[in-house]
Amino acid sequence: MIDIPPAAIFIMGALLIPFLRGGLKSAYMLMLPVIAFICLLNMHEGTYWVVKFLGYDLIFGRVDKLSLAFGYIFALVSFLAAIYSLKVKENGHHVAGFIYAGGAQGVVFAGDFLTLFLFWEIMAFSAAYLIWSGKTRTSIVAGFRYLLVHIAGGLFLLAGIIMHYHDTGSLTFSYLGLSGTASYLILLGFGINAAFPVLHSWLPDAYPESTFSGTVLLSAFTTKSAVYVLARGFPGTEMLIWIGAAMTVFPIFYAVIENNLRRVLSYSLIISVGFMVTGIGIGTALSINGTVAHAYASILYIVLLFMSLGAVLHQTGKINATDLGGLYKTMPLTTIFCIIGAASISGFPLTSGFVSKSMIISASGIEGMVIIWFALLFASVGVFHHSGIKIPFFAFFSHDSGIRTKEPPFNMLLAMGITAFLCIFIGVFPGFLYSILPYPVDYEPYTGAHVIDQLQLLFFSALAFTLLMLSGIYPAEIRAINLDTDWFYRKGAKTFLWIVNKPVASFEYKIVGEAYELMVIKPMMKIAGMLQSFDAKAVDGSVNGIGRLTVAWSAVMRIIQNGKVHDYAFIMSAGICVVIALILLVRG
Amino acid sequence: MEKKHFFDKPGNLKKFLKVFFASLIVLIVIDLFVPKHPYFAIGGYPSFYATFGFVACVVLVLAARYILRPLVKRKEDYYD
Repeated sequence: MIDIPPAAIFIMGALLIPFLRGGLKSAYMLMLPVIAFICLLNMHEGTYWVVKFLGYDLIFGRVDKLSLAFGYIFALVSFLAAIYSLKVKENGHHVAGFIYAGGAQGVVFAGDFLTLFLFWEIMAFSAAYLIWSGKTRTSIVAGFRYLLVHIAGGLFLLAGIIMHYHDTGSLTFSYLGLSGTASYLILLGFGINAAFPVLHSWLPDAYPESTFSGTVLLSAFTTKSAVYVLARGFPGTEMLIWIGAAMTVFPIFYAVIENNLRRVLSYSLIISVGFMVTGIGIGTALSINGTVAHAYASILYIVLLFMSLGAVLHQTGKINATDLGGLYKTMPLTTIFCIIGAASISGFPLTSGFVSKSMIISASGIEGMVIIWFALLFASVGVFHHSGIKIPFFAFFSHDSGIRTKEPPFNMLLAMGITAFLCIFIGVFPGFLYSILPYPVDYEPYTGAHVIDQLQLLFFSALAFTLLMLSGIYPAEIRAINLDTDWFYRKGAKTFLWIVNKPVASFEYKIVGEAYELMVIKPMMKIAGMLQSFDAKAVDGSVNGIGRLTVAWSAVMRIIQNGKVHDYAFIMSAGICVVIALILLVRG
Repeated sequence: MEKKHFFDKPGNLKKFLKVFFASLIVLIVIDLFVPKHPYFAIGGYPSFYATFGFVACVVLVLAARYILRPLVKRKEDYYD
């Protein structure tokens, strides 16, 4: 057995990439996930890699069925994404991608909160880099917003961890449940990464802005590692049932009217995670199994769909429904792969979605949760409508956009082909997936009733789509954006700054300012005058030297800085400090 | 002259739709003969899933078009 944590293989391994060239580099990038996967296969349940740090035990290897299940799929998807992005020239993209994948492995196997937090932050920063690698103005500002939201989430998590340690004296990360402020803060930290409703808008804001291959990685790790920690810390928490159900319903409406197809898919991603969160909340063996199975299925089909849309973006430079159409003529293979992904996300029989999503829906039915059951059924229709029909239809069929292109490079087709194969393999042989789930599986997806019910559900919503389309009622794709809760920090912060600048500042200037001038500034000026003569001679020389250095550095920094991000950063971190201070005060 | 593709011929789209509509009828008929074990009574009615799928799809499209879009639609440069 290779005695290294999988996280270390990815993160340390990533650092070597910039020194390699050509075929060797490609081979190396494909080997890293393979080595990690072999390591995972050799790992047995137990606790490994415990490091003493400042009197705490950092546990890098808590291995059980739940962590292994997520470890496998994360390594697998790293491999698929590595094939897909082989031709990307920029080293930074590869390094960030592997560090990000390593962060996800680290989160999955972390046995204590400090280790968890460390990898949590590694993921946030490397993901932000992947968004920046889009290298457009919009991707840079979206990356900063992403980072700010996730730093805020990390602070909530950290505050929760500190309080939890204060309450229990333990940093072990195991079942928490909702009891006391600490657990709520930790849930909030997890919830931001899981894209809980209202906290979700970072996802459709940032993911469509990354590169064609960056989004493939992003779609797999952040939300699903959050699902893992929720399944670890909060199984059977009733609140999660309702949060999850809300996540499956509200993005549907956004997805219908959204023009950017990768943003449509981002809303679909939230719906998939919503199914998993509901499954965690229900907390029975069937529903937890369903959550893990759905994590597998949804990682694969979402990745496949993002790959096919990435191929469209890569070949045509366009991603809006209004600009695309008719691509099946020149990209037939990509079209087929996209349709397989679309069928899987919709849960067609013989695809992965059919054998995983239904476990969670059944679990809600068995528990007699009629509202949740209807919500999940409605979400199934919604997902089919916009990811099953809308995405392939507007990209590859619909009206002919006149674009004539060709299939993407072979490595991208290969990655899509393998992923499409896996989507169908899981659907045809669900027993293979069921054997690695945390609990023994007593569930048969292929009953006559289930197959016919699901086919009816899908075909008749397809009928509705067809009739709405033919009658012209279906909302035309429009070049526009749709407001989401990110409005509050994108426009809300500006409003806040205006209030600070205008009314508050003028009051401050008129009344506080005059008093200040009379009592403080004038005496200060006298003293300053005396100091100045000393200052001018001795201090200036050395300060100027440092100043020149700073100016040079600033010029470098200014290139990566953009807009008023630091204003927002200040307001957000100040707000969070106030919240934490308030909580601490209330707790006494 | 570019090669004619599958949906360029109007007859093909019609054929495609005919097969689709025929399969809908087949699904409704088969449904009558399949034994069901529904979690809730309503799930046991003949073609409940077909009805639900159709109605849900119409409702979500209409709600998105006539309620959500007027509320949230902005020009593409809104945030710039």
